[in-house]
Amino acid sequence: MSTPSRKGQLSRDEVAHLAHLARLAVTDEELDLFAGQLAAVLDAVAQVGKAAVEDVPPTTHAVPMTNVMREDVVRPSLPRDVVLAGAPAAEDGRIRVPRILQEEV
Amino acid sequence: MSSDLTAMNVDELQAALADGTTSVDLTQAYLDRIDAADGELRAYLHVDPEAALARAAEIDAGGTRGTGLAGLPVALKDVVVTEGVPTTSGSKILEGWKPPYDATVAARLKAAGTVLLGKTNMDEFAMGSSTENSAYGVTRNPWDLDRIPGGSSGGSSAAVAGGLAPWAIGTDTGGSIRQPAALTGLVGHKPTYGSVSRYGLIAFSSSLDQAGPMARTVLDAALLHEAIGGHDPLDSTSIDAPQPVLAEAARRGAGGDLAGLRVGVVRELGGEGHTDGYEDGVLSGVGGAVSRLEAMGADVREISCPAFDLALAAYYLIAPSEASSNLARFDGVRYGLRIGDDGSRDLDEVMALTREQGFGPEVKRRIILGTYALSSGYYDAYYGQAQKVRTLISRDFSAAFEGVDVLVSPTTPTVAFPIGARVDDPIAMYAADLCTLPASLAGVPAISVPCGLSEGLPVGFQIMAPALADDRCYRVAAALEAALTADRGDRGFLDQLATRRGSAA
Repeated sequence: MSTPSRKGQLSRDEVAHLAHLARLAVTDEELDLFAGQLAAVLDAVAQVGKAAVEDVPPTTHAVPMTNVMREDVVRPSLPRDVVLAGAPAAEDGRIRVPRILQEEV
Repeated sequence: MSSDLTAMNVDELQAALADGTTSVDLTQAYLDRIDAADGELRAYLHVDPEAALARAAEIDAGGTRGTGLAGLPVALKDVVVTEGVPTTSGSKILEGWKPPYDATVAARLKAAGTVLLGKTNMDEFAMGSSTENSAYGVTRNPWDLDRIPGGSSGGSSAAVAGGLAPWAIGTDTGGSIRQPAALTGLVGHKPTYGSVSRYGLIAFSSSLDQAGPMARTVLDAALLHEAIGGHDPLDSTSIDAPQPVLAEAARRGAGGDLAGLRVGVVRELGGEGHTDGYEDGVLSGVGGAVSRLEAMGADVREISCPAFDLALAAYYLIAPSEASSNLARFDGVRYGLRIGDDGSRDLDEVMALTREQGFGPEVKRRIILGTYALSSGYYDAYYGQAQKVRTLISRDFSAAFEGVDVLVSPTTPTVAFPIGARVDDPIAMYAADLCTLPASLAGVPAISVPCGLSEGLPVGFQIMAPALADDRCYRVAAALEAALTADRGDRGFLDQLATRRGSAA
């Protein structure tokens, strides 16, 4: 985000940019709808700024715990055919994916 | 006692099973009821009568029927993955997907000998308070078909209230068990965070999500909770501690002696100066419940938890932020929908098209909001600040629990609202979670128990307790339930709905 928006504002372009970052191909109608709705939501959630939080540590998790370990026991994986049956496309015993590299020109 | 199996509490069904009723008979009774009523209610997304009856026959033949939960049917919210059984989380992006494994909650219920009746409707990825955000249609409230059954576990609430399941599993991220339970006259409990395994629950907001019971009575809820709870090595946030004894707490509580119990009424949740948005009928129902607790010997005082005023703002930053990250896994690669894979498009483009067509509007709104709250330049002001407010809310709970044993409030500010009333106004929809959010953010247990009717619709009473003291929720809820049941002279709150159904027929 290059230009920070004013409080309670979220422009159509910003919503489009955020949607792109989240890999969402939103339609023009959705952009119009979301920009207004998200501005209202942002206005409401901006209330968190009212809290006096000097020296207050953030809570990432209600139960404080770190580095939970369990025994490194070898267990059978899920059956390959069952997993591939749930994939949108499979080929030669593997999940087939769309191309990830452009062809050289 | 009514001979209609689908109008019985689970302890009565257990007695019937021990007495010779077969699991096949019982399962068939629920399948018949689903057949008759679900065209209207739309509580279920998936029912497989043949599989349910085959499973029931297996239990009947196995000789365990009538012991524990063996032979009892159960419904699961469609966020719980079930091996070989379609699981959608209410989203088009998972339409037709059959998971290759069972969630721990599903596996434990299976091991206990329960019969899976079906998977229930829900707001897409559990994002919503009315079940109107499901990609598969609206579920109706059995008390008034023009009203919502709450959400996001609205399929589960409608199924149990309507007699289409004896009980059901829901999940609660910001109130999604308690709020639908309140709006349909059920008991719903959100366990202490980490006390019920999240393994195999399709993740929405991982630091908040918990599965729990939705049932006709407090005792039923406790029995179901005991079957699913306890440590699970497959969930690294699972608490490795013994589970409190819950059914026994419910039975003791029903005795009605609350002498010495210290109860705090939360001012910020419907108390003086904080009544905006709360219906009079809800506040008077809750006031009546507090008086009943006092009459049973409880010492009642008002408690102020100032940071609760910011719970809604903090929640609607934290949950969308975690959701935007969790939902990145729906990329059209390994499972579910894939759109536009015709050889002409790159992975990025296929991903964006898949998510555009697979996700509904509320999910998109929350992904965009979460992406914004986590983006550099805004992180400190939004997500970071919300996490600090979360600490303040936990501190308010800790301070309160130094002086009282439980905190109480309404479960929801209003009774069930009409279908369509809030669907275009996200802020109004989010306000339905006002009272349930603090316990979610602090990870403490909270139960909703019916405390009366307002204009013919159920009102829920919320009881919150310190982490791992879920048994207190059950004890106090059971005491209130027993007192109100004795007043009415019936077997439970839902008898009022059965009577209404009977007189309408």
